[in-house]
Amino acid sequence: MFNVKVLGSGCANCENTYRLIEEVTESNAIPVEMEKVEDMATILSYGIMSTPGVIVNDKIAHAGGVPDKKTILSWFSQQCCPGNDSCC
Amino acid sequence: MFNALADLIVFDLFGLAPDNALAQSLHFFIMDITKLFLMLVSIIYLMGWFRSFVSPEKVRQYLQGKSRFVARLLAIALGAITPFCSCSSVPLFIGFVEAGIPLGVTFSFLIASPMINEIAVVMLLGILGWKITLLYVLAGLSVAFFGGLLMEKFKPERWVESYVWEIKIGKTAALAEDNSPAARHRYALAEVKEIVGRIWKWVILGIAIGASFHGFFPVTWIDGLINAHAVFAVPLAVLLGIPLYSNAVGVIPLAEAMLFKGVALGTTLAFMMSVAAISFPELLILRQVIKWQALALFTAILALAIILVGWLFNFVSVI
Repeated sequence: MFNVKVLGSGCANCENTYRLIEEVTESNAIPVEMEKVEDMATILSYGIMSTPGVIVNDKIAHAGGVPDKKTILSWFSQQCCPGNDSCC
Repeated sequence: MFNALADLIVFDLFGLAPDNALAQSLHFFIMDITKLFLMLVSIIYLMGWFRSFVSPEKVRQYLQGKSRFVARLLAIALGAITPFCSCSSVPLFIGFVEAGIPLGVTFSFLIASPMINEIAVVMLLGILGWKITLLYVLAGLSVAFFGGLLMEKFKPERWVESYVWEIKIGKTAALAEDNSPAARHRYALAEVKEIVGRIWKWVILGIAIGASFHGFFPVTWIDGLINAHAVFAVPLAVLLGIPLYSNAVGVIPLAEAMLFKGVALGTTLAFMMSVAAISFPELLILRQVIKWQALALFTAILALAIILVGWLFNFVSVI
């Protein structure tokens, strides 16, 4: 189970990022627990200033702008089986 | 090429006569749309590629402990190259404050960011040509530089909301970064998709307004600006621009129409800068981190700086 936090105070890009991650993890059957973090102090406590930020299992995966699907998938595959994009 | 395409569509496909007002507007519209979208896509892609190397987090680290002058120049450069998303201005503001970066420098960033970006530059280049683009960028940079400098003289630190000082920026380990060209290409492509997806309606709307000026109606408030005394036209344009909220995208075709109708260059530039840099939604977002006194002062200083720049350009263009 991956823990995914999407950091951002409710801007459109943050919503889009959240939805894209949901989409990618669902279609690849990756088990995730999604969370939205909107509190500014908490966002900054991760060292992220450009939102949306994405934290996967307590590591920064992304900051600023909407990530593309392939990049999203790579966050998960590099943790469970590095070097193989099609696993998980 | 764009001209030929517009010729083909308007005159051949629709069979309109070249001296028809509608045909002229349509011709202008099609030519500008194709030209601008091609430019937007390529420039945003290039900037996206470039931005995959620089992040605000890295710049913040880099700014820490630099002299004010250098910090300000870098902050303005950062403001100019990052696409403006007002939802990021609060975390950026706090991040800069926490890093001990002087508030005046942060304000320079906040001025430069909405005013100068690749989208504004593309629209300016495509619609008004490189000379005015260069002037606009130079003017924006100087307003950001001196506006932030002046802001600093008022010691704005006292107006920062107290909770801001208590926030601590943490450090979190990052996943292995993919720095391959393929990953940068995907990042740049995602930027194009996101930015063009957000602004395309404004571009079309702006061009449509600009195009309609070409074929059709004169607008009375612009006549006001033309007839006003040269010295008063600039403050008037800035005042008109403050409540108007648009990004640089929407205002540029309007600016073209203003120039076309004979409004002076400095007055037009001042209007554009006022619309792009001073906006109530942006001020409301900043209100989360700083008290309204500072925001009122910020608005006043910006307006003043823009007026000065407008006068300067009007003066220079007369000579």
